[in-house]
Amino acid sequence: MAMTIHVDIVSAEAEIFSGLAEMVFAPAELGEVGIAPRHAPLITKLKPGEVRVKISDKESHAFFVSGGFLEVQPHLVTVLAETAIRAHDIDEAAALQAKARAEEMLQDKSGKYDYAIAQAELAQAVNQLKTLDRLRKRGA
Amino acid sequence: MAVGKEIRSKIASIKNTQKITRAMEMVAASKMRKTKDRMQATRPYSKKIGQIIRHLAKANPEYKHPFMIERDVKRVGIIVVSSDRGLCGGLNANLFRKVLSEMHQWQGKGVAVDVCAIGGKGAAFFSMINANLVGQVSKLGDTPHQSDIIGPIKIMLDAFTNGDIDELFLLSNDFVNTMTQKPVMQKLLPVSVGELGEETKGRWDYLYEPNAKDVLDSLLIRYVESAVFQGLVENNACEQAARMVAMKSASDNAGNIIKELQLVYNKARQAAITQEISEIVAGAAAV
Repeated sequence: MAMTIHVDIVSAEAEIFSGLAEMVFAPAELGEVGIAPRHAPLITKLKPGEVRVKISDKESHAFFVSGGFLEVQPHLVTVLAETAIRAHDIDEAAALQAKARAEEMLQDKSGKYDYAIAQAELAQAVNQLKTLDRLRKRGA
Repeated sequence: MAVGKEIRSKIASIKNTQKITRAMEMVAASKMRKTKDRMQATRPYSKKIGQIIRHLAKANPEYKHPFMIERDVKRVGIIVVSSDRGLCGGLNANLFRKVLSEMHQWQGKGVAVDVCAIGGKGAAFFSMINANLVGQVSKLGDTPHQSDIIGPIKIMLDAFTNGDIDELFLLSNDFVNTMTQKPVMQKLLPVSVGELGEETKGRWDYLYEPNAKDVLDSLLIRYVESAVFQGLVENNACEQAARMVAMKSASDNAGNIIKELQLVYNKARQAAITQEISEIVAGAAAV
């Protein structure tokens, strides 16, 4: 039996593969890499493509990944597979949206959050007004 | 029969309540199974990425990413994962108590706290106690997606990069089993080596492709996202489990009250009958 290396392939949703292999091929960003046992430690991003796990001369498995990361330790290969690629500007918009929501909530005391606030006493209402004031000052 | 009309209507109303709590218990039980499956499905990924980050922290990288450098702590950021809906026992209350005690400790040391709330209950709570709420997202439902939480995480990561906050923590409920959920605090940034107990054999570093900065940038962001997402998924499972247990005890309590009321009602009815008979007998004797 040839030397083997432990391979784990996980995606955000599930564990896809875990076991020993003779060699692993992965679509690294700078071109396909082949990882044999005792490879030097390596971290790289993956492009969308095919990860092949060669278990023996007769048996091999192939997985499609849409990007992700590859980590190599001398006796361990980990593939973190992505399911979708996200754009940077989407992040930005989502961030703004969440922030706006938080602000809107702090401003709009009479809206649908009334239920939870109604339970609070007058002192808390005063505190809220203070928060509002401070937010307005800082936000301006 | 006019006896015990109030008691009878009370029993009827409690029976209705019991029907509701029993239905909620069953719904929570089936939802718990689903959310638990989801939680277990995403666990390997967050475990693996955590492992890689720990390896990374032990290596001696040529490039020190800002997320890996310890700074003097003047302001910390916390991401608090809570549920959107109530009626789940002490789940959220326990978590908030933990948050408050941590916040108290920080305030004692003169450290300010920025809060980012994931989940409706947390948002309401923090605006009520007048905390510095910088980001908020809620109504994620039972099947949250990673894209839902990118926004609030980005706020915190940007704050860390800009030096507004010096440490980032995640507070959420840990699913121990169906009966126990434990609020836990986890330090996300800066990435620390933790216990140095494991083999630290010499100086070594990874090969990076294409270069250290690119890889570390996206890997560390991915790490924080997956940690928060895992917290969210786990909190969902906790919510359903806690609700199931709370509703079960509510149904049991309703059953007990009904039993007691039934007893009182029967006694009153019997007393009325006895009285009626004795009145009749007394009347017949008088004739």
